Amino acid sequence: MRRIGDAPLVRRLLIAAAVGLSGLFLLLPLVAIFAQAFSQGVSVFWSNVSDFYTLHAIGLTLGIALLTIPVCLVFGVALAWLVTRFSFPGRRLLQTLIDIPFAVSPVVAGLIYLLLYGRNGWIGSWLNSHDIQLMFAWPGILMVTIFVTCPFVARELIPLMQAQGSREEEAAVTLGASGWTTFRRVTLPNIRWALLYGIILTNARAVGEFGAVSVVSGAIRGQTNTLPLHLEQLYQDYNAVGAFACAALLALIALLTLAAKAGLEWRASRREAFA
Amino acid sequence: MSYFALRHSGSARVLPGFGLSMGISVLFISLVLLLPITGLFGQLAGLSLAEYWAIITEGRVVASYMVTIGAAAVAALVNAVFGLLLAWVLVRYDFTGKRLLDALMDLPFALPTAVAGITLATLYASSGWMGGWLESLGFQVAYTWVGIALAMAFTSIPFVVRTVQPVLEDMPAEVDEAAMSLGATDGVAFRRVIMPHLWPALVTGTGLAFVRSLGEFGAIIFIAGNMPYETEITALMIFVKLQEYDYAGASAIASVVLFVSLALLLAINVWQGRFIRRLHGGKG
Repeated sequence: MRRIGDAPLVRRLLIAAAVGLSGLFLLLPLVAIFAQAFSQGVSVFWSNVSDFYTLHAIGLTLGIALLTIPVCLVFGVALAWLVTRFSFPGRRLLQTLIDIPFAVSPVVAGLIYLLLYGRNGWIGSWLNSHDIQLMFAWPGILMVTIFVTCPFVARELIPLMQAQGSREEEAAVTLGASGWTTFRRVTLPNIRWALLYGIILTNARAVGEFGAVSVVSGAIRGQTNTLPLHLEQLYQDYNAVGAFACAALLALIALLTLAAKAGLEWRASRREAFA
Repeated sequence: MSYFALRHSGSARVLPGFGLSMGISVLFISLVLLLPITGLFGQLAGLSLAEYWAIITEGRVVASYMVTIGAAAVAALVNAVFGLLLAWVLVRYDFTGKRLLDALMDLPFALPTAVAGITLATLYASSGWMGGWLESLGFQVAYTWVGIALAMAFTSIPFVVRTVQPVLEDMPAEVDEAAMSLGATDGVAFRRVIMPHLWPALVTGTGLAFVRSLGEFGAIIFIAGNMPYETEITALMIFVKLQEYDYAGASAIASVVLFVSLALLLAINVWQGRFIRRLHGGKG
């Protein structure tokens, strides 16, 4: 039976348009990043990447991501467990609230943290009198990174845990398993791939955050410069090749993220086919 | 806890962890998401209404609203068409490279915005691969509002594709087979059979893309040129005020942005809830 858009000409035309436009609009920028990064050869790329300030920025960025992930993981699992396993008044409100970071402009996110914890803020002034500085230092970068990345794990888990229902866990508890054992032996095996993808997305966003971090970091080279801020500075200093060397490292993380997603989806579809 | 248990005594709560997960979630949402917003209101409280109004209606700021909203609207509309095309091709056709095209759709989400920013600026500058070619045809993209719209469209295209795609996948083949067997042409069948199913998802995806574009910063500032009154976006206005240590000014403008984006988020959620309820036959 013929379906809409099955005529060979329509089909070919639409595929050509989709592939052509995506190539121009999405693939070309990706190619351009690596073309620019290696435009003066591999050795220049290498010396750009192994520059002291670049290495420091890489270290800071990875450190922030490593600290962000466990926080978002605990929150995401707790929230997903809460809204999919229990029904209570305010459940929908909680689900709407976790979308706030998606809707708020990153610059505004940075600003509200700066206002509260900066020297003039009501928490910041108290901290300041005790010689604790969070803003324009790494704790501030960590705090805004947690703000912008916290929905990802919960967002991946909620639809899955909703679809799976709670029967298996109820059976385990009824048979006498403790809460922790139930979670570890029953829930975790069911959600591990979604959990992994949530972590990958959190990581991708954490290493790449720019707007919020640029408000609270102060961008001091060798101190509070993350990799995205560092590449901005290089770019503004007319060191485009250096900037694109940093960009290539970040693009590589993005490509690994996409590959991981494709791999997990392939796994899921194969499991469905055998089920 | 007993209060909640009583209200929902329909099925006795056997699963543990209600108190713990509630505690973690509420504490986290309060501390990380809600508490910082009080800092903004604290700053605003120091302004009189007249001062507040003067800041948010200053000429340069109003021009930035216009640039931001205009470019975001153009980007969202372009993405509605482009996203629908991509979702359709990915769901309905088989061709070599389809998996690659599908994976490519998430690139703008995975790629850091600053990376997208310097890359688009380089590509579309007059010395770049695209910019040189477009300029010979008489189009200037970099340092104009077109460049801003382009950067916004790049970062927000996945919203449309990934919202429309699952709805299109769930449509049974019989629906359009029936229309075709009754003799409808492709165009008519698409408009009368597919679109009524698809448009709530398309509106949701386009709305999400629009909200994202309103707040975008990193991808835009490199290609925008940032000329006051002409190519300056509102997020950059906030940033500029901060660099001048004008915290009150930055907060006033940020409150406008925050209010608009939260209102739009709420509207999209309510809208989505309503259309999902309708699809499931009035339940929910």
